[in-house]
Amino acid sequence: MKTFSLALRNLLRNRRRSLTTLLAMIVGAGAILVFGGYSRDITYGLQTGYVQRSGHLQIQHKDYFLYGSGNPTAYGIAGYDKIIAAIKADPELSPMLTVVTPTLQLGGIAGNFAAGVSRTVLGTGVVVENQNVMRKWNDYQFPRRNNGEGPLTGTAEDAVVIGNGVARVLQLCAPLQVKDCQNAHIVKSDEAGKAAPDDIAALSAQETPADAKSDGTRIEMLAANAHGAPNVASLNVVKAEDQGVKEFDDLFIGMHLEQAQRLVYGGAAPQVTAIVLQLQHTGQMPAARARLEQLLASSFKDQPLEIQEFTTLNPFYGQSIGMFAALFSFIAVLIGAIVLFTVGNTMSMAVVERTVEIGTLRAIGLRRNGIRRLFICEGLLLGVIGAALGVLIALGIAYTINHAGLTWLPPGRVEPVPLTVRVWGETRLIVGTAIGLMVVAILSAFLPASRAAKMNIVDALRHV
Amino acid sequence: MQTQQPVVLKNIGKIYRLGAVDVPALTDINLEIRPGRFTVIAGASGSGKTTLLNLIGCIDRPDSGELIVAGARVRDMSDDALSDFRSRHLGFIFQNFNLLPVLTAYENVEYPLLLAQVPAAKRKERVRALLDAVGLSDRAQNRPSQLSGGQRQRVAIARALAIEPQLVLADEPTANLDSHTGAAIIALMRKMQREHHVSFVFSSHDPQVLAEADDAVHIRDGRITSIERHDDVAVLEAVQ
Repeated sequence: MKTFSLALRNLLRNRRRSLTTLLAMIVGAGAILVFGGYSRDITYGLQTGYVQRSGHLQIQHKDYFLYGSGNPTAYGIAGYDKIIAAIKADPELSPMLTVVTPTLQLGGIAGNFAAGVSRTVLGTGVVVENQNVMRKWNDYQFPRRNNGEGPLTGTAEDAVVIGNGVARVLQLCAPLQVKDCQNAHIVKSDEAGKAAPDDIAALSAQETPADAKSDGTRIEMLAANAHGAPNVASLNVVKAEDQGVKEFDDLFIGMHLEQAQRLVYGGAAPQVTAIVLQLQHTGQMPAARARLEQLLASSFKDQPLEIQEFTTLNPFYGQSIGMFAALFSFIAVLIGAIVLFTVGNTMSMAVVERTVEIGTLRAIGLRRNGIRRLFICEGLLLGVIGAALGVLIALGIAYTINHAGLTWLPPGRVEPVPLTVRVWGETRLIVGTAIGLMVVAILSAFLPASRAAKMNIVDALRHV
Repeated sequence: MQTQQPVVLKNIGKIYRLGAVDVPALTDINLEIRPGRFTVIAGASGSGKTTLLNLIGCIDRPDSGELIVAGARVRDMSDDALSDFRSRHLGFIFQNFNLLPVLTAYENVEYPLLLAQVPAAKRKERVRALLDAVGLSDRAQNRPSQLSGGQRQRVAIARALAIEPQLVLADEPTANLDSHTGAAIIALMRKMQREHHVSFVFSSHDPQVLAEADDAVHIRDGRITSIERHDDVAVLEAVQ
């Protein structure tokens, strides 16, 4: 008799017990897969957010990441347009790319001198069109909430977008009509509320476009230029946006790249602090990085440049993945232990109940290994059926959750995102869970099976 | 027709250890089972007849002496070798029938043939012939739970004969049957034994079985007390 057929019939013999065991396995497999799918969804969600904002790879001046974030003049990349052109023209790199774009980060002081307030800010200069393309990156097919266009789209060069925290401090909540935003209480002092110093005011006036409207949304930004001298720009705040993380929200000011470059480099040759590369797929990162290293080493060896990956630039990503991996492992081990004991118990009971049958099979010539194989097959079948049904149940649960219209606000995000569970298409997760469950089922059956195989035939036949 | 002695036991001894106490189950057993005979090992409960049958059936090992079954010295065979040996040379009929409950009558008879790796076509032919011979062709697809005690034992007889063994061992095959069914089963076994030219060895104290025996080996307290060879004009051979 084919061992599997016999094993299957033996499982069907005690249906209630087999069903109970299967139920434990199905719930276990379902729980692992649903949590795994949820964890996977969060990972992809975080990845999508980071890749949309900062790309997959960034070329930076050597040591900029560690020491240079406050010093764009010392750690700027000169001739960045040539590097970008070389990357775009590279036959190996170009098919992998969606965007290559420069960015410039700068520190400074933003002031609403009309209201007598100012604060330190961290500015980012971007090419708006490129940023809009980057925001459309959606390799994991998340539901789109908007057209992907940022608030600086179609604005003049002096337009900026600021964090809600900056708007609060600069008394811009009302003019910008920011929801849930209350202007900071101004501490009265002799110096507070006075107009900007004359020299700063003069510089600001010089920078203010002639056609600029004064609707209460203009601010001044003061930054140190390449020679260490102060430089001022008069900027038009078009929108205040929550940046998700309070520390960043209190500092952020986004602007057009040209504006940022004029603040830092004035009339000198403009530089950038990073060249951002967004790839078609995250899986292309190792190949793209390797090719990029070759390109920089061969064609731009006169500049000390290095490549940073988005995982390095955003440590929270790795920390989140690590946390979810630990949680997933913990749940998987816990469920594995439950399955181990459930199947082990079922198989042990089956061995005791079928002792005479074991003796009979041995008497008519089945080897010890044949007995062992029979019970292990029963465990394996439980594992296969449990895993298959568990996968189906998990897919059903995932489908229900994904179509229930639930949303949640992940850490570091501004808007609620759909609560989804990614099981369908996660072949590695599904196969890994199914194989894991089968291995656990086989291990559970191994001890009872060995005990059955070692039985003395005469004792087994005498068993009552 | 067999000519070789299917079983030869020389000075066989078997001891069971119950804790620190050694209990001799068989002592100095010398016996030759003649080919093509219906041999009954008779004795009271606890006399050692089942132990002797287990040794002959190679499902237990003697502690001393020499045991030759179907021409092979089996005492020192490995467990796997003994399993293979049983699957090719021996058939078993049990008191409680011991059919596999999840298999049909057909599959129960087929199972030893699968173990002996008999080709499918030959298996089919053999199983059908045997079920026909025991009168259960129409119950081939029934499971043991759907058969009466007598029918189950018929399936067990067919299963025991499936591999065309040299020797069939039956441990009190009529003990769980009423006298009418028991008589029918003995008649069937007798018929099958003659048709298949196979040696049958029973353990039994059923007078019906004893009456049908060619040879009767009487055993008491682990020793053979007498051997009756009925076809030798009731010669009584005292051996001990």
